[in-house]
Amino acid sequence: MPKITYVAVDAAERTIDVQAGTSVMRGAVFNDIDGIVAQCGGNLQCATCHVYVDESTLDKPEPIQPNENEMLDFTACPRRPNSRLSCQLTVTEALDGLIVHLPERQK
Amino acid sequence: MAEGAHPDSVVIVGAGQGGYQTAASLREHGYRGRLVLIDAEDELPYEKPPLSKAYLKGEADEAQLWLRPVGYYARQSIELVAGSVTAVDPAARTVRLADGSEYEYGHLVLATGATPRTLGVPGAGLRGVHTLRTAQDAAALRTSLGAARHAVVVGAGFIGLEFAAAARRAGCEVTVVEALDRPLARVVSARTAEHFTRLHRREGSRLVFGQGVAALHGDERGAVAAVELADGARLPADLVLAGIGVIPRTGLAAAAGLRVSGGIVVDARLLTSDPHISAIGDCAAFPQVRSGNRLRLESVQNAVGHAELVAARLTGESRGYRELPWFWSDQFATTVQIAGLDEGHDTEVVLGEDPDAFSVLLFRGGELQAVESVNRPTDHLASRQLLDRGIPLNPAEAAAPGFTLREHLASHRGEPAVPVG
Repeated sequence: MPKITYVAVDAAERTIDVQAGTSVMRGAVFNDIDGIVAQCGGNLQCATCHVYVDESTLDKPEPIQPNENEMLDFTACPRRPNSRLSCQLTVTEALDGLIVHLPERQK
Repeated sequence: MAEGAHPDSVVIVGAGQGGYQTAASLREHGYRGRLVLIDAEDELPYEKPPLSKAYLKGEADEAQLWLRPVGYYARQSIELVAGSVTAVDPAARTVRLADGSEYEYGHLVLATGATPRTLGVPGAGLRGVHTLRTAQDAAALRTSLGAARHAVVVGAGFIGLEFAAAARRAGCEVTVVEALDRPLARVVSARTAEHFTRLHRREGSRLVFGQGVAALHGDERGAVAAVELADGARLPADLVLAGIGVIPRTGLAAAAGLRVSGGIVVDARLLTSDPHISAIGDCAAFPQVRSGNRLRLESVQNAVGHAELVAARLTGESRGYRELPWFWSDQFATTVQIAGLDEGHDTEVVLGEDPDAFSVLLFRGGELQAVESVNRPTDHLASRQLLDRGIPLNPAEAAAPGFTLREHLASHRGEPAVPVG
């Protein structure tokens, strides 16, 4: 299974085997990783599953789609060039090794 | 410390979005007492929105609906109990289950939700006649959709239209029958409703307005075969969905002597008429911040917002509920998002020239009440912030050439938030 590393605000890291086909958001929620709210359950409605993709793994995810791009302007923590909504990052073998940093808050 | 905070045990009746969130938020707030989450459905707590969307289309399976994996509840010491609560005894502070077992509570949270209305016409009990509320309902519908050819949807609300879209995508001939003269009459403006009429017709569904259903007729095997309309017309049907609204589950509350009126009556802190019992989500009639009207709202946002407030109160942080309501629905490739609550508007301003991507701003007395956005997510998120922070906007400003919600919000960034209401 692809391995995804989640880095908390306090730099604590956890690497999880996440099943292909699910999302980076669900990978966190299903492994009790705090820091992702995902209030709408992954339906691209709430912008509360914001993550920063580590610069070293920026080439792994698929490009941002227009709706995600618009929603990213409304995250609770500032948008940066490496910002993504983790519900839109579908886990595939191509994501193996992805590192995401969690923001200070989601709402 | 807030009155009634830190009870030694919390029992939650109903493990839908609101019940689950109350338990989860209590633990996040550091609550250490006993926590019992009871539901008659023997399922792990799951999300409902996908049931009429991705799940129905076969794009998600049961496990993907779970809010948390099974191990979460044990790790958080949340007792999941599968059982039907038959009585609440407010004097003894106990709830009784159908199997005779009893649970004592320091505080009780009623998150009992709602039950779909069923068609009160002859033939409503035929095989192939469905409602859509639970995972079990959705599983039955998903199976039936595979073999169905003629689907008739009674009621053009969100559930009816979302199901109609899924049935059309599954290759069914679809007819939607609505008693009123337009779809979504309770929830969106006429302009937004008109968009959905066009969308469903363009996708090949038939929409019939101003018509009630008189009867359902079956074949010799007891399966539905036709829907008879009030004017006598018969529509062939091998699958019927009744999407005609829900009835809040207030029976337990009423039997326990709590005030019930169009829902379980709660105050701004979401307390019922008994200080040891809260009610949240679809079943709770609570005062609206702006109007003071006591209303029930049926949405994920409402259930989660209520749950978080009750969890905060039970751990010592009491406040009044003032979260901005928001809703969404996906049908075909269209998303409609609603920010705020339209309790009657006198002025509309439409943003956007594209008939398939626009926002309708609804004003009352010169004040923005709600914004409906069709395929305009930026407008929706900007509206939520504008309404939430009480940033003023009048119809003339909104109608000015070149106006955008996003720029209006940006021009007020950094200003102190103005209390709403």
